[in-house]
Amino acid sequence: MGILYNIFIDPFVQMGQAPDLFVQTLWEGLVGGMLYALIALGFVLIFKASGVFNFAQGIMVVFAALTLVGLHTAGVPAFLALGLTIAVMFALAWTIERVVLRPLVNQPDIILFMATFGITYFLIGFGEFVFGGDPKVMITEALYLPKGSITYKAFGGIVSLQRLDIVAVIVASIMVAVLAVFFSKTRIGRALRAVADSHSAALSVGISLEQIWVIVWFAAGLVALVTGIFWGARSDVSFALEVIALKALPVLILGGFTSIPGAIVGGLIIGIGEKLGEFYWGPLVGSGTDAWFAYVIALVFLLFRPQGLFGEKIIERV
Amino acid sequence: MFYREAGQFKTSYASDQAVFPILQDRIGVFIILAIAFVVIPLTGNDFIINAVMIPFLVFSLAAIGLNLLTGYTGQLSLGTGAFMGVGAYACYKLTTIYPGVNIIIWVIASGFFAAAVGAVFGLPSLRIKGFYLAIATLAAQFFLEWCFIRIPWLYNYNVSAAIEVPQRELFGIIVTGPRASAETRYYIVLSIVVVMTWMASNLMHGRIGRMWMAVRDMDIAAELMGIRLLPTKLLAFAISSFYCGVSGALMVFLWYGGAESAVFNINQSFTILFMIIIGGLGSLLGSFLGAALIYILPIILRFVPPQLGIPLHAATIEHITFMTIGALIVFFLIAEPAGLARLWQIGKQKLRVWPFPY
Repeated sequence: MGILYNIFIDPFVQMGQAPDLFVQTLWEGLVGGMLYALIALGFVLIFKASGVFNFAQGIMVVFAALTLVGLHTAGVPAFLALGLTIAVMFALAWTIERVVLRPLVNQPDIILFMATFGITYFLIGFGEFVFGGDPKVMITEALYLPKGSITYKAFGGIVSLQRLDIVAVIVASIMVAVLAVFFSKTRIGRALRAVADSHSAALSVGISLEQIWVIVWFAAGLVALVTGIFWGARSDVSFALEVIALKALPVLILGGFTSIPGAIVGGLIIGIGEKLGEFYWGPLVGSGTDAWFAYVIALVFLLFRPQGLFGEKIIERV
Repeated sequence: MFYREAGQFKTSYASDQAVFPILQDRIGVFIILAIAFVVIPLTGNDFIINAVMIPFLVFSLAAIGLNLLTGYTGQLSLGTGAFMGVGAYACYKLTTIYPGVNIIIWVIASGFFAAAVGAVFGLPSLRIKGFYLAIATLAAQFFLEWCFIRIPWLYNYNVSAAIEVPQRELFGIIVTGPRASAETRYYIVLSIVVVMTWMASNLMHGRIGRMWMAVRDMDIAAELMGIRLLPTKLLAFAISSFYCGVSGALMVFLWYGGAESAVFNINQSFTILFMIIIGGLGSLLGSFLGAALIYILPIILRFVPPQLGIPLHAATIEHITFMTIGALIVFFLIAEPAGLARLWQIGKQKLRVWPFPY
């Protein structure tokens, strides 16, 4: 009985007793979830357009952030460095398409997946080779990102919100909105969706696959850059950030590999679930649950919906 | 010219269906075994045996395990490292609870614990497929890794939270622990790997292997043909985890001599996955070739620049190693997506018709 009480009743009593703490945890989960969602968004963009499960997205985040910081430390003004980093991400997208993807057209998914592992390793080595392996500090001030926190007296206590987190949430929302408009309204966006539906049909109406792939990898690179800036500002910029890509995987399966709203909703569910789970239920089993809690949430969802919350229905024929 | 099956007539079904139907192949296998059992222990120094051969064999066994699941049954798994961990921790618990029992028996028995855990985590495979399943197995990876840290009973409440291999003897010879000789450990690892490879090969040529391959090629079609999916997939998970578990136990008991949970982290799973993809999915030979390439290549890369007299910083070498591995993975995938085993087959085919082009 005691165990059941601890699992099913006590956490909610705690939430009721200290609503300010609950709101604080919820907010932190929300921000974390937003950033997971951004990484997942990069995955989804590439998976939708090329069917490649891009494991390198996490390292692209680190690589973009490192390039930005590295250029700034080398004396380039912050916004010029930002522009140059965008150029570098474009060059990266072009190179990947040219060197890796084009020779591997029509290979099984697992081979392409493996190829992105190759890219990951190469980028880790290359990034450390060029910029050094030691952690760096994100140039928040030079980019005019606010710091400090806003404290509210609310819910019978104090809730403090980091200014940076607020900006992160706003920027992430804007970016998702822009991508949604881009996908549904522009010519290239329509071409992207056509490619996602069927490669061969898209080719037959004159859409250039190569061009589309460069564009999606570049878009994923931009998403990676934004993610890198905000993650980097929260901790520091180092290759340890790479593990956050693994955190984005449950977000992906929760939302479905092909759905942009899925990535966002999945990210929020995972982010909030993980924080609340660790805070209220974690102590019962001896903390550190955030290492696997997200995966268990995702697994439970998957058992009921094997294609994720928003994924396209899987139709199998013999 | 030398490698040709002309004149070798098969007069019985047994010889027709043999694993190595060609005489030259049988000789080749025999030579490889002879080198492994006789030449290497006699000529190799401690470095070759300890740092190259034993790890190579351990990784090969794990790669075979994953290949049974991913290559033959088509179930992508990223939990290999954790299943190896289950084997290692099970073996450690068994031998500390019953110190009198032969350690080899416990190494094999620990495989059964890994098999049971693997079967449990294989349950979602009936409903979840492809990359979704891969991520579901990540749940196993992270959950088990967490267990290795948070359940102190598993490492006997050690302060260091690591498992230390106790000294065990077999017929008066020290087999495990810091005082065991490299040759003894090498022989034990080699024998287990050879026997288990032989078993895997027989498994693959029999009914179970065919069932697995049918499931891999298309599971709905396999189901329509009367293969029951749940038992088949669970069996694949169980046997694959058995191999991984034994290899994990070997890794800790006969190679590392002690380990903490970080040894069985996600990177270990990825490494094994690299091995089978580079080596060749659905090929036992590929498991060995992949293990050789992925494990031995970094060792060589680390030794090449100093040998050539290029003075490089250790960290720089590390970075260049990473870049080279990444580039080589991409290169091999482009050159031959079906893996090194396929390259080997092409080479054999060329050899058959040599010196003529066709």
